[in-house]
Amino acid sequence: MTPILSVNGISKTFTLHTQGSVRLPVLADIDLTVAPGECVALDGPSGAGKSTLLRCIYGNYRVDQGEILIDDGVETVDVATAPPRRIIELRQLTVGYVSQFLRVVPRVSTLDVVSEPLRMLGVAADEAEDRAHEILTRLRIPERLWSIPPATFSGGEQQRVNVARGLIVSMPLLLLDEPTASLDIENRDTVVEIICEKVDKGAAVVGIFHDPEVRDAVSTRTLEMSPMALVAA
Amino acid sequence: MTARDENPILRVSSLTKNYGKIAGCRDVSLDIWPGEVLGIVGESGSGKTTLLNCISARLEPTMGTVEFQTRTEGMVDLYKMSEASRRMLMRTDWGFVHQSPRDGLRMSVSAGGNIGERLMAVGDRHYGEIREAASDWLEKVEFDLGRIDHMPSTFSGGMQQRLQIARNLVNGPRLVFMDEPTGGLDVSVQARLLDLLRALVSELKLSVVIVTHDLAVARLLADRLMVMRRGEVVETGLTDQVLDDPQHPYTQLLVSSVLQP
Amino acid sequence: MTPLRSSRSRRGYNFAYLDEHTKRMIRRSILKAVAVPGYQVPFASREMPLPFGWGTGGIQVTASVLGPDDVLKVIDQGADDTTNAVSIRAFFARTTNVRTTEKTSEATVIQTRHRIPETPLIEGQILIYQVPIPEPLRWLEPREAETRKMHALEEYGSMHVQLYEDIAKYGHISTSYDYPVIVNGRYLMRPSPIPKFDNPKMHRNPALQLFGAGREKRIYAVPPYTDVKSLDFEDYPFEIQRWEENCEICGADDTFLDEIVTDDQGGRMYVCSDSDYCAERTAAAGKIPSEAAE
Repeated sequence: MTPILSVNGISKTFTLHTQGSVRLPVLADIDLTVAPGECVALDGPSGAGKSTLLRCIYGNYRVDQGEILIDDGVETVDVATAPPRRIIELRQLTVGYVSQFLRVVPRVSTLDVVSEPLRMLGVAADEAEDRAHEILTRLRIPERLWSIPPATFSGGEQQRVNVARGLIVSMPLLLLDEPTASLDIENRDTVVEIICEKVDKGAAVVGIFHDPEVRDAVSTRTLEMSPMALVAA
Repeated sequence: MTARDENPILRVSSLTKNYGKIAGCRDVSLDIWPGEVLGIVGESGSGKTTLLNCISARLEPTMGTVEFQTRTEGMVDLYKMSEASRRMLMRTDWGFVHQSPRDGLRMSVSAGGNIGERLMAVGDRHYGEIREAASDWLEKVEFDLGRIDHMPSTFSGGMQQRLQIARNLVNGPRLVFMDEPTGGLDVSVQARLLDLLRALVSELKLSVVIVTHDLAVARLLADRLMVMRRGEVVETGLTDQVLDDPQHPYTQLLVSSVLQP
Repeated sequence: MTPLRSSRSRRGYNFAYLDEHTKRMIRRSILKAVAVPGYQVPFASREMPLPFGWGTGGIQVTASVLGPDDVLKVIDQGADDTTNAVSIRAFFARTTNVRTTEKTSEATVIQTRHRIPETPLIEGQILIYQVPIPEPLRWLEPREAETRKMHALEEYGSMHVQLYEDIAKYGHISTSYDYPVIVNGRYLMRPSPIPKFDNPKMHRNPALQLFGAGREKRIYAVPPYTDVKSLDFEDYPFEIQRWEENCEICGADDTFLDEIVTDDQGGRMYVCSDSDYCAERTAAAGKIPSEAAE
């Protein structure tokens, strides 16, 4: 099966100019291929570059070398060199990203936060709202909270809203960074269910799962990563 | 929605504006694509306002060109157009939201009249229809319709700014320039206004160039960022990338200087 | 042609007070104005023996077009016998020896403040208006550089804003005098504070209409048989004033009426503002004034 994601030889070093230009190598010559229906878990200690890798794939971080090829159904795009508006298009239709925390936009209701990715794709407002209802119900966010902006929610509630927003659109490629962080067992299991459903339907997933039970439940294979030594400037 | 087939709506090539020996902005090139929001960030003296004025046909550059994708005649060099055409463009296909609403409104004309003027400027001569269109737009910007006949000097800063936005959007422009549109407003008012701008931009598929020194505003509204320092562009890229993985020393300094409440 | 030497009755003034070079300068401006109907031509307004705001522009234009064979009529608010009309007429009589008249039909040059005579004008007559503020866009745009651009680029949408504001405030267009017009389909013009009742008279008038603003230093013109259209909206068309009453002196039902308060108990009467027209009608009817109204 043709892979949807092909990471070839990417390297990344952070140069912290504000700290006397100290250089922090994080990724060196990483390769990763993911096909539809696969869920790859990134494993390794803190500082190994797992989050960094996800962000590079998403275009949030820049890479110094290598290519990140994503098949969007029509053509293959190299995230490392693509123009910004191409990456924005990829993010709307092909690649989804769920981070560890919700970036809160003031005044926007939970319902609007979750349904926005659908509305941006041109889905009618009421249909988008129905699907948002569905996923919020599944994640046990009480209805009384739907019309309130999530800024005042608990960590767990915010994370569930985050997950709902990240997973409401059916994306061929999903990048998940600790999606079950701050969730209790019930909700953790629901998220695992949703992820498995998507993988079964053919989505490709690359994820960081701190909880070994979660990792075992969703992933089809693992990529081991280890930290690099710090190099002084 | 294929990014590949479109032409840029605005193309800026090697733009330089000198004030005597001082470079307001130097050798700036950029493209703006339909439906995208470009943020230009930098501190005072970075040249961002000079750049904005040059690309919005308000200040003729010393060197370089600014070309606009007109509806019927393809790419046109802005500063080679006749003044009449340029001024018409500025009233119909473009909008300019000033930092101070007083610069962008007629203070002696009612709210409805301010919006209606743009329609009358393109030939609308039916009072009832003009008033209805003005009312529609006031509703869109969450403006109390009961105050349609009041003077802008009686409105709060936030209301004035929303009126300015409505006045700029009523003729269905494709490109809107904004100069610190939320500067000077109270925080809660600012939040409401940004919200409104986000909704309008996405609903109307506007292209926007927004100049701001506030990185939080840039993150919220812009798809792409350009960082300017002393008249030059030091970094450009996806908004979240520039803010989360800044490459240039100045950008890193800027990002790390932002206070977190 | 009568020599322009000073005679004892002109008391050392040049014919019509202004020197010949000044008159030529003003005539050049008038020619430009006639060539571009409705366009405001700047001119070097001279110091006149009366202050700004009292008709110095109109007087300079009249002085420049008047010849020894002309017959001059001067009216102020339609009447020949108000202070200003009397003074200006006397001024020209003294500095030109030109024949003066109160009859519109006999005049070749008519200087007016704030009214157009009711008697229709004919070819060969010149009507000269006194203008306080020539710029129709001044209320909206205080910058001269900007209003000049707006005229040059025909950016007149904003003019309708004034009318919009009227309708929004009063439910109808309340501007009742100095009502803006478009001349020859091109220039936006302010006709001076004549009542809107008189606006239709400007349209395709056989006479030459000249406008002089002394303080603002502008001259403009509407040549004979030029289109003059008052601004309006499709759903609020231009309308002139109407009265329920007729003139109490001559009985006219189609003239502009002045309301005259007759006592301190609310008594009032309505009388033609155009004194000459009213007198002509009364004489034609062969009745004495108080019996004319039926």
